[in-house]
Amino acid sequence: MSKYTEDDLREELKTKEYEYGFYTDIESETFPIGLNEGVVRAISKKKEEPQWMTDWRLEAFRVWQEMEEPDWANVHYTKPDFQAISYYSAPNSKPKYDSIDEVDPELLATFEKLGISLDEQKKLAGVAMDVVVDSVSVATTFKKTLAEKGIIFMSISEAIREYPELVKKYLGTVVPQKDNFYAALNSAVFSDGSFCYIPKGVRCPMELSTYFRINQAGTGQFERTLVIADEGSYVSYLEGCTAPSRDENQLHAAVVELIALDDAEIKYSTVQNWYPGNAEGKGGVFNFVTKRGLCEANAKISWTQVETGSAVTWKYPSCVLKGDNSVGEFYSIAVTNNYQQADTGTKMIHLGKNTKSTIISKGISAGKSQNSYRGLVQISSRADNARNFSQCDSLLMGNECGAHTFPYIEAKNKSAIIEHEATTSKIGEDQIFYCNQRGIDTEKAIALIVNGFSKEVLNKLPMEFAVEAQKLLEISLEGSVG
Amino acid sequence: MDLKEKLVTSFLALENRVNVDSPIHDIRSEAMKVFENLGFPSKKDEAWKYTALNTILKHDYSVFPKQENAIEYKNVKKYFIHDIDTYNIVFIDGKYSSHLSQTTHDGIDVCLMSAALNKPKYRLVIENYFNKVASKESITSLNTAFAQEGAYIHIPKNKVVEKPIQVLYFSTGSEEALIHQPRSLVVVDENSHVQIIERHQSLTDNPVLTNSVTEIFANKRAIVDYYKVQNDNQNASLIDNTFINQKRESHVSVHTFSFGGKLIRNNLNFYQNGERIDSTLKGITIIGEKQHVDHNTLVHHIEPNCESHQDYKGIFGDRSTGVFNGKVLVNKEAQKTNAFQANNNILLDDKASINTKPQLEIFADDVKCSHGCTIGQLDESAMFYLKSRGIPQKEAKALLMYAFANNVLESVKIPEMKQRINKIIAHKLGVNIGFDL
Repeated sequence: MSKYTEDDLREELKTKEYEYGFYTDIESETFPIGLNEGVVRAISKKKEEPQWMTDWRLEAFRVWQEMEEPDWANVHYTKPDFQAISYYSAPNSKPKYDSIDEVDPELLATFEKLGISLDEQKKLAGVAMDVVVDSVSVATTFKKTLAEKGIIFMSISEAIREYPELVKKYLGTVVPQKDNFYAALNSAVFSDGSFCYIPKGVRCPMELSTYFRINQAGTGQFERTLVIADEGSYVSYLEGCTAPSRDENQLHAAVVELIALDDAEIKYSTVQNWYPGNAEGKGGVFNFVTKRGLCEANAKISWTQVETGSAVTWKYPSCVLKGDNSVGEFYSIAVTNNYQQADTGTKMIHLGKNTKSTIISKGISAGKSQNSYRGLVQISSRADNARNFSQCDSLLMGNECGAHTFPYIEAKNKSAIIEHEATTSKIGEDQIFYCNQRGIDTEKAIALIVNGFSKEVLNKLPMEFAVEAQKLLEISLEGSVG
Repeated sequence: MDLKEKLVTSFLALENRVNVDSPIHDIRSEAMKVFENLGFPSKKDEAWKYTALNTILKHDYSVFPKQENAIEYKNVKKYFIHDIDTYNIVFIDGKYSSHLSQTTHDGIDVCLMSAALNKPKYRLVIENYFNKVASKESITSLNTAFAQEGAYIHIPKNKVVEKPIQVLYFSTGSEEALIHQPRSLVVVDENSHVQIIERHQSLTDNPVLTNSVTEIFANKRAIVDYYKVQNDNQNASLIDNTFINQKRESHVSVHTFSFGGKLIRNNLNFYQNGERIDSTLKGITIIGEKQHVDHNTLVHHIEPNCESHQDYKGIFGDRSTGVFNGKVLVNKEAQKTNAFQANNNILLDDKASINTKPQLEIFADDVKCSHGCTIGQLDESAMFYLKSRGIPQKEAKALLMYAFANNVLESVKIPEMKQRINKIIAHKLGVNIGFDL
């Protein structure tokens, strides 16, 4: 057997095609391309939204028109033409299904290819799924179990109709309409997303999970997620994505808002595997996401993400630690290959006393990709005894890729303790040699090392999800993860 | 008239006094155009995000001092490292002071920039080195446009300069407000070794703004140790731009001691053009009141097998603000680079703040790069330990702070220099301890 070297691995990675690149043909109702006030109104009408929601969208749209697309991130791409995108697309087989048998069989086959057949999921580990295919929620399971506990878990458009008070109270409080260019765009045109409310003192008995999937050629996906954990409650929320192969760039601009009231805890995990483009860097999804959580007193928000896809990623899940004794956590693995570019990280804004935050970020770059960590730790002058620990490690495979670290640390309180450390290295020849010596071939050895490198973050994922995460890591660094 | 307009008109005045036919003047005009286009940097520029210049730009600065001033050596002796023999290049309000200086042309050139720019015998060196490594951004260009006077140091091959060179800039305050733009050039040829100390000192409370540019060229196997002492008064501001071009196997270290001034901005840039180069960047910052110190460093690793070490310690009291913005750039060819960067800070008061941004940009895979950054307080238990042994609070605190900053001082190679810094630290911390144990 010939020796499997790092070069072979690189070669293999280069030629590796996107496994999940298939396209499901579902008749869908798609808006013509372009964006103006009329389109925003039409979306709102289509979703049968109340007047306040339409106004809210229009307000965002007007702000968005005034804004400029940001270019400070360490990524280079052709800016999307916002007038060349269709802003609404819904699977045609409406209305809602009561049971899974009613679902379009082709759609079910899609899920099967992804290895997430609903039946199996139902039985497995009690995961309730709010499956989103092209912006409209088509199946919601375990609703009954959740309803018994008083937990509301539904698509956001349903929530706007059924619980307008809750949505009105919290929507846009963490990520305001005018927060940034993409958040404003999302606020104006978001088509659907998930809404989740955990009542006081309730511990959500199962992992809540949503699969997002871009399916229709030329439609952007603008998801809006709102999770509210009332006092003393707990919820673990999972989000995972895969997208079919497509040549033109697709835009994904989601907004996620988390609100953890006093003593509540939210754990939000993401596995992201949008189509990254082919080996020449053609195609791929643009992922410009705004994710932010607000912690009231003694609350905790924990973000875990595994980023393997997208041609361009621009994503900073953040925590605003407003209440005293609140805790923010961020665990991330970002893998880039070929011509992928990722500029990702977090913001920890310490406002309350005795607030704590932890940042663990692992970047793996291969091929000709660029992987950046950009983070902010801000301690306000009233945040006594704030504590932060950050660690950013980068692993480089090959000398055509780049790894960058841009940490911003701003401290205005003398009792703050902040530690930040970052390292960049490659897989050591001595490490490989050590493994070889013990009869582990080079491929396995690299797998072992990469696995060990990312273990700290993988361990933070809920068990059911860790399997999926491992699988997605495999696609990006095939042959190197065992 | 704002300062930018004033500088633009002053440049026209300058053209009447200097030889406009020399190639230097082409460089000046070119630079002036750059500055006219860009103007002073604002907080919108990423590199100036945490440092606003507007408070120091509002004064009506004189660009050219009206008269020459003299000062007595005994009045300024304390600003010299006077207990050892040194070469001295001294400027008063931007004009060379021959009676305070001690220059030489004996084997080495320790003299003036104005001489080097105008005399034919230096033409070759100026052509090869002048403005070759300085960046083309606005503040540096402004200096280039007015480049006339400063230190010129040229050490030819195989020379070990036996005594340090001190470069001092005094401002007497005879003008209401004064802007200085010294421009220095240091060229150290193969196998040579030199130590340089630089200090800017204002003698009165009149506002002074210094925009200094120093270019340092360390050729093959040269060793350059550069020390910057910044302990100015509350109305003096300094923008110090240093550009260092290193050739293979050279060692350059720059120590920056920032203890005072209204606003200090240090732009320190290292370019490693060769293999097996070693660069050291170290600094101690101890400030209080409403002072502001900003360290902006760049180490650009261009070729393989090089090292860089950065270690900056900061102690911030009262309402002072500190900024550290360090960047390590590793080119794809620069394999086997070893780059280390550390920035540790202590905040003493709630009104003090620190913004730090240590960046790594890495394009090569076989490298070891790390950075660490901390913000914290003095260790309570260590304080208790010292106090329980009868050391008063103030002294105990000073000892701990000294210990915190000490490993920056360890690499200072001139013992008298170290003693001097120890004294300043003791003075800054308000204690009477020698620290020289």
